[in-house]
Amino acid sequence: METGMDTSPYIELRDVVFTRGDRRIFDGVSLNIPRGKITAIMGPSGTGKTTLLRLIGGQLRPDSGTITVAGENVPRLKRKALYRLREKMGMLFQSGALFTDLSVFENVAFPLRVHTSLPEDMIRDIVLMKLEAVGLRGARELMPAELSGGMTRRVALARAIALDPELIMYDEPFTGQDPIAMGVLIKLIRDLNSSMGLTSVMVSHDVQESLSICHYACIIADGQVIGDGKPEELKAHPSERVQQFLHGHPDGPVPFHYPAADAGRDWGIAGRAADGNG
Amino acid sequence: MAQRTTEVIVGLFMIAGIAALMFLALQVSGLTPKAPESSYTLYANFNDAGGLTPRAKVSMAGVTVGEIREISLDKETFQARVVIDVNRSVDNIPADSSAVIRTSGLLGEQYIDISVGGDMESLADGDTFYSTQSAMNLERMISNFASGQ
Amino acid sequence: MVTDKLAAFGRLGLDIIASLGRSGRFLAGVLGGVSKPSVAFPLLLKQLYSIGVLSLAIIVVSGLFIGMVLGLQGYTILSDYGSEAAIGQMIALTLVRELGPVVTALLFAGRAGSALTAEIGLMKTTEQLSSMEMMGVDPLRRVIAPRLWAGFIAVPVLAAVFSVVGIWGGMLVGVEWLGVFEGSFWGNMQSSVSFTNDVLNGVIKSVVFGFVCTWIAVYQGYDCVPTSAGISSATTKTVVYSSLAVLGLDFVLTAVMFGDF
Repeated sequence: METGMDTSPYIELRDVVFTRGDRRIFDGVSLNIPRGKITAIMGPSGTGKTTLLRLIGGQLRPDSGTITVAGENVPRLKRKALYRLREKMGMLFQSGALFTDLSVFENVAFPLRVHTSLPEDMIRDIVLMKLEAVGLRGARELMPAELSGGMTRRVALARAIALDPELIMYDEPFTGQDPIAMGVLIKLIRDLNSSMGLTSVMVSHDVQESLSICHYACIIADGQVIGDGKPEELKAHPSERVQQFLHGHPDGPVPFHYPAADAGRDWGIAGRAADGNG
Repeated sequence: MAQRTTEVIVGLFMIAGIAALMFLALQVSGLTPKAPESSYTLYANFNDAGGLTPRAKVSMAGVTVGEIREISLDKETFQARVVIDVNRSVDNIPADSSAVIRTSGLLGEQYIDISVGGDMESLADGDTFYSTQSAMNLERMISNFASGQ
Repeated sequence: MVTDKLAAFGRLGLDIIASLGRSGRFLAGVLGGVSKPSVAFPLLLKQLYSIGVLSLAIIVVSGLFIGMVLGLQGYTILSDYGSEAAIGQMIALTLVRELGPVVTALLFAGRAGSALTAEIGLMKTTEQLSSMEMMGVDPLRRVIAPRLWAGFIAVPVLAAVFSVVGIWGGMLVGVEWLGVFEGSFWGNMQSSVSFTNDVLNGVIKSVVFGFVCTWIAVYQGYDCVPTSAGISSATTKTVVYSSLAVLGLDFVLTAVMFGDF
């Protein structure tokens, strides 16, 4: 086992069950996320990948099972301890989630102002450093509304690493980005991981991009882990479902058609099921 | 916007609110900021207190000199017993003055007017008016007038 | 089926009770945590500006017109009895007891309440609240609490301003235009308006209304479905629920304060 190296996994999920309303989103998911590596969690839309990040961040509680982050059982944590644990986490939301009433500079300074009592000139230095890391030191005076989608995500990334977290979670970082912005983000994610030794969790359905940078990947579908391993292992995975997902075949174990009533009946050709679900 | 500007504007907003409240208190409800004047108590018995209410004013020659504290029924005489607080500064009401219930205007509130007597002695704390005149009853007056009495 | 309808009705009842419960727990979460004054004060100030000061214009204009209408209507009715002088008393009592707190609260719900709901709903939809939570900052304390307190403080101030402007507007029409004697205008008013019974009760009403309106507004925003359709329906709900709550509560408060049982 190379994934373990010399340390235990940073995040450990054991038999996590989570239901929303009548829908069972996770039905006994177990997963190890190694320390200091980039882990990609992939799966078709609507499989609750974002929900998984929220479970790790303690914003949602599972119905059963344990979620251990840095040795602490997240669902059991008291409010205060949970908020303290979150200071060690950074999260990059799909929309960036910048505070619209604050400038770029103030957005990045926000976690510093809230959680530290550093003097103003030190906050300034740190913020500019983080903005420099994402290449946006010159954009500090702009308001979020003036930024492009890719820039928004980079500012959000600068904000997520402002407190030098141990863990950073990316929610669909590549969705809706042009090729250049995508390239920039891939470089940033890789650099952050290698230079700061961050444990990175990335939720995505962009297979090629994710597989190109992750050390370890895992595919979730229908509430369960259907395949996991290193990228090359996954590419050679025997499961048909994994192969369908990785290569984007339109039909396969996940059918092209949404379950429907007998086609013959819908078109009024009663009794004869014509060539129904072809 | 600069923090300082916001502070000043919000400060002005709060001052506007307090000023408005002061205006409501002083100009609209006529509340005087001085402490309530100390008073002494007089009693008056009426056959008919009419629409007199507690807190109604008590005046002499049109000047307010006190207010009604309480109105109750005297169970022995079946009269209305009115407790009046008179301002301490008005301490020389002649002992033979009488208390009259009047109405301000045709439809206004009822109040007690003290019509001044000529006695040398004055009413003191706890005294009762010797003579009173009950509320004027418009209906009774009209019926009296109509029947020629 | 009758039983189906009955079940649906019961479910609706449970939904309502559950949402009341949620909003109560939400309120406890907001008021439960006390932040450091050095952090909380600037936030409160900003909200007082955006929901209090910025509502001032609509309050002043509406107050002026309502006072003027009261002056005109009151004059027409009272002059039939030859007691135009009582116009001051009528205007002041109507404004201080009823129209001041009620109309202010209704305007506040339309102007500031809906804006609050939309703002918080948008913050939820764009994951700003979530990201705050992930940064270890409780959005209930950081975002909601200052807004709730600001509404709580701003509405009584606005209501007082509304009443004063209204009385001034009534005086403008009654005294300056229709020629009621100014002395009797103020005199009648002062002799009939009591500070404790009328003015203070009006203030209490506006405090209650301010609290309820802001509570509804921030809760609807916080609880909305995080889509644009969700925000717009939450905004509508804010205005509708606030208006109903204000009018209903006004009846209850009036009965308690001025009713002689």
